[in-house]
Amino acid sequence: MNATSLSALEITNGVILFWILLGAVGLWWRDTRSLTRILFPLGALAALLLAAAGFAALGSEAQTLVLPLGLPELPFHLRLDALSTFFLILLGVASFGVSLYASGYFRHMEGKTLGLLCLEYHLFLASMALVLLADDAYLFMVAWEMMALSSYFLVTTDHAIPDIRRAGFLYLLIAHVGAIAILLAFGVMQGGNGIGAYTFDAMRAAPLTPFWASAAFLLALFGFGAKAGVLPTHVWLPEAHPAAPSPVSALMSGVMLKTAIYGILRVTFDLLPEQVWWWGVLALGLGLVTAVFGVMFAAVQGDMKRLLAYSSIENIGLLLVGIGLTLIFHVYGKAELAALALAATLYHSLNHACFKSLLFVGTGSILHATGERNMGRLGGLIHHMPWASVLMLVGVLAIAGLPPLNGFVSEWLLLQAFLLSPGLPNSYIDMLVPVAAAVIALAAALAAYVMVKFYGVIFLGQRREPALARAHDAGSMERAGMVWLALACVALGLFPVFVLGQIDLVALSLLGSQLGNASADWMFLAPVDTGRASYSPMYFLLAVAGVMGLSVLLVRRLYHGRLRRGAAWDCGFPAQTARMQDTAEGFGQPIRRIFEPFFRIEREVPGAFDTHPKYHGHSDDKLWFLLYLPLKDLTEKLSGWASLLQHGRIHLYLAYTFATLVVLLVFV
Amino acid sequence: MMIAPEIILAIVFQLTQLLLVVLAAPLLSGWVNQCQAWLQNRSGAGVLQPYRVLHKLFRKDAVLAHNASWLFRITPYIVFGCMWLAAAIIPIIAVDLPFSRAADVIALVGVFALARMFIALAAMDIGTAFGSLGARREMLVSFLAEPALLMVLFTASMISHSTQLPRIVESLAHHQFVLYPSLAFAALAFVIVLLAENARIPVDNPNTHLELTMIHEAMILEYSARHLALIEWASSLKLFAYVSIGIALFLPHGIAEVGNWAALPLALALLLLKLILAGAGLAVLEVVSAKMRIFRAPEFLGTAFLLAVLGLLIHFLLGA
Repeated sequence: MNATSLSALEITNGVILFWILLGAVGLWWRDTRSLTRILFPLGALAALLLAAAGFAALGSEAQTLVLPLGLPELPFHLRLDALSTFFLILLGVASFGVSLYASGYFRHMEGKTLGLLCLEYHLFLASMALVLLADDAYLFMVAWEMMALSSYFLVTTDHAIPDIRRAGFLYLLIAHVGAIAILLAFGVMQGGNGIGAYTFDAMRAAPLTPFWASAAFLLALFGFGAKAGVLPTHVWLPEAHPAAPSPVSALMSGVMLKTAIYGILRVTFDLLPEQVWWWGVLALGLGLVTAVFGVMFAAVQGDMKRLLAYSSIENIGLLLVGIGLTLIFHVYGKAELAALALAATLYHSLNHACFKSLLFVGTGSILHATGERNMGRLGGLIHHMPWASVLMLVGVLAIAGLPPLNGFVSEWLLLQAFLLSPGLPNSYIDMLVPVAAAVIALAAALAAYVMVKFYGVIFLGQRREPALARAHDAGSMERAGMVWLALACVALGLFPVFVLGQIDLVALSLLGSQLGNASADWMFLAPVDTGRASYSPMYFLLAVAGVMGLSVLLVRRLYHGRLRRGAAWDCGFPAQTARMQDTAEGFGQPIRRIFEPFFRIEREVPGAFDTHPKYHGHSDDKLWFLLYLPLKDLTEKLSGWASLLQHGRIHLYLAYTFATLVVLLVFV
Repeated sequence: MMIAPEIILAIVFQLTQLLLVVLAAPLLSGWVNQCQAWLQNRSGAGVLQPYRVLHKLFRKDAVLAHNASWLFRITPYIVFGCMWLAAAIIPIIAVDLPFSRAADVIALVGVFALARMFIALAAMDIGTAFGSLGARREMLVSFLAEPALLMVLFTASMISHSTQLPRIVESLAHHQFVLYPSLAFAALAFVIVLLAENARIPVDNPNTHLELTMIHEAMILEYSARHLALIEWASSLKLFAYVSIGIALFLPHGIAEVGNWAALPLALALLLLKLILAGAGLAVLEVVSAKMRIFRAPEFLGTAFLLAVLGLLIHFLLGA
């Protein structure tokens, strides 16, 4: 790189600074009309620049920078290596779409506290980028807390509603419990060598016994897991994501959860000098439980944003499975397989950032058009929201893991990693692998169930409420954001060889091993060996489109294309109404029935003689009652005891001080 | 630019199979129905009946419900295209099919899933109670059947160290009648999956419109004329594809190898024999079993899933 051009790190810093500046300007900007029309698109452009800079820098050497800010002996260290670059690209790509969308979405808030929202939103973006760049524990924690706080305020945008305040508090609480664990993990890794040892470089060099390394790993897994929504710290996710405005939900689910994945990868493979095999088994097991739990609960939700939040838990579970597999392969020296599993993990992170953001912003458009989050009151929107319905269909097909879209590619890679695994030296792990593959397949199939429910109940069928006839399509900026995200899903699905080539650079820098594409043909995705496995989404798409076109042509040519419209068959019962369609609860009922032991179900069934029969059913998370409420009671009891000492009277505290002094004087 | 003659031949071969399966698929359905009729002491409508039905349906004017959307109209073509493709990439006569490289076994399961997703969505499009009921049940059956199928295919992939169908078939066909214990479990699981995924008794009944029991028929209730014809044809293709997978995994012997054109007539004759036997076997299975309640189906399919996982585990344990 020549001297006159800017380095990628400088561009990244510029983008972060620009975002912070945008936020500050937004705060003082009086004219809220032009605020959404100018500031948000500018922020989106900065995101695009970030992605482009990251893309250009992906193959190059790690760049570092020390800023004269921060603590006296610990200035801010920044570092841009392949791993952080990859996640910066993810941030840029997803937030470009979301910011474009937000510029349309937030228009309905004009005249309200939009300036504050603009500040929080751009601070949130900037802090996520800073988390990825941080090269010392201090800056990392500062950015991490900034991210937690800005997102907390974004979640509680509609703070007039008590439920949203509660959701925000739960989020803040768990975020901080997690942050403490991360801080402790950094403390363990720096090994008591003074404040200068809090840089990541010192941590990389610090020798750790396997015991302390494991302690650090467990703390990091817990801390980052709390942010990602790994069981059992997932409870905030289905509360906070629906509470936030849709673009914020999209960013939280699509990008913020990935910073936690980044954290786990960074600590495990970069900062810790050596890995232990059972870490992988632990991550794999936790991931599997999280994935199945998430998708099971997604299937019984009636609120569309809660459904998506549970689906995010599922996807985080899949990512953790990928990390677990990478760890296992890495420890046992299967370099190529470790690279494959890591590639699947990173690919899925990118995919999830695109399709989950798309679906979340889509729910925002539905919310605007109908004012309704409950799927049981929607239906038939495909007739009123043509743009949103087509774009959301792309997202739904992608998240259900169907070829030729992107969700399938990462699923394919993950399954290939499982298939190539036999021959691990530990026979117990060898037996765990097929079971894990089966659970993954089950979760993927259930995800399709969930997505049929999601799309079918919202967009298809008849309108469940007459007011839905007035629903309008997404606005032009909203459309632009969604089109970008949908295109990303399609592109990631159709050009996996290219994407994998970029991801390979990350694997090379992180694991020291590379996957490589065995096939010389850019159309064919063939990790490891062309004979073992290959997949070509392009040919696939061409073939399906080809035979489809052929069948349309032949039917028209040999027969005809005549068409009439008539009433739907009513089974001889003409008094059918839209309310007789399946509801969201009804669609989830088989899952609730099959997995009944996992739910806590409240049911209120009408008796035979009720004049106003009412049915009410509700499925809850058992963990909330078995873990969180007892924990809450315990905390309350303990603080009750502590409050025996606290009375809020000055003379009592003076007496404490006096007593302490006396005791100290006696002993010292 | 010169194209190697093998490649041209392979492409010709691929196109031939493409044409062959689409024309022969209704014949298999007709044969199964005819066998059933004989077993039930009926004379039956003959093996060519499905073709007559298709011809009749194609000639009629299509009737769409008033609120049917574009999704409802394109679904028959998507489902038909997916199933046609699925049936065309399974090596049953010869192993060198060029398109099999583009879609391996995982992608094959993906094709089935894609078609299923669209047909379930289309079923919900009209907004009648039956449609969504069928969609829900179909997804219920498939969320257990799909992973079971994947596990069956994985067992075969593990044995042959490849997820590409031609490789799997080639390697399995070369082992002269070695009995793999893992494949035995897989075969059992596969039969259950085949019955469930093709809407056969005991999970579903393709010949009934009884509200309480129907799954597949409930989904396609609103389709008529050419749309219905395409879906029916796609169902035949799906059955053909599943039977082909069964033959390819568990009875691949006699398939023509790469470049061995002389073996082709024999391979064709053997395939015909296998298909006839498989169709008759399917008919017997259906006639001797009774339709089960819908909530027994998950247990039934759960068994298949566990059997398939067991097969895979046995492969990991015994290496066979």
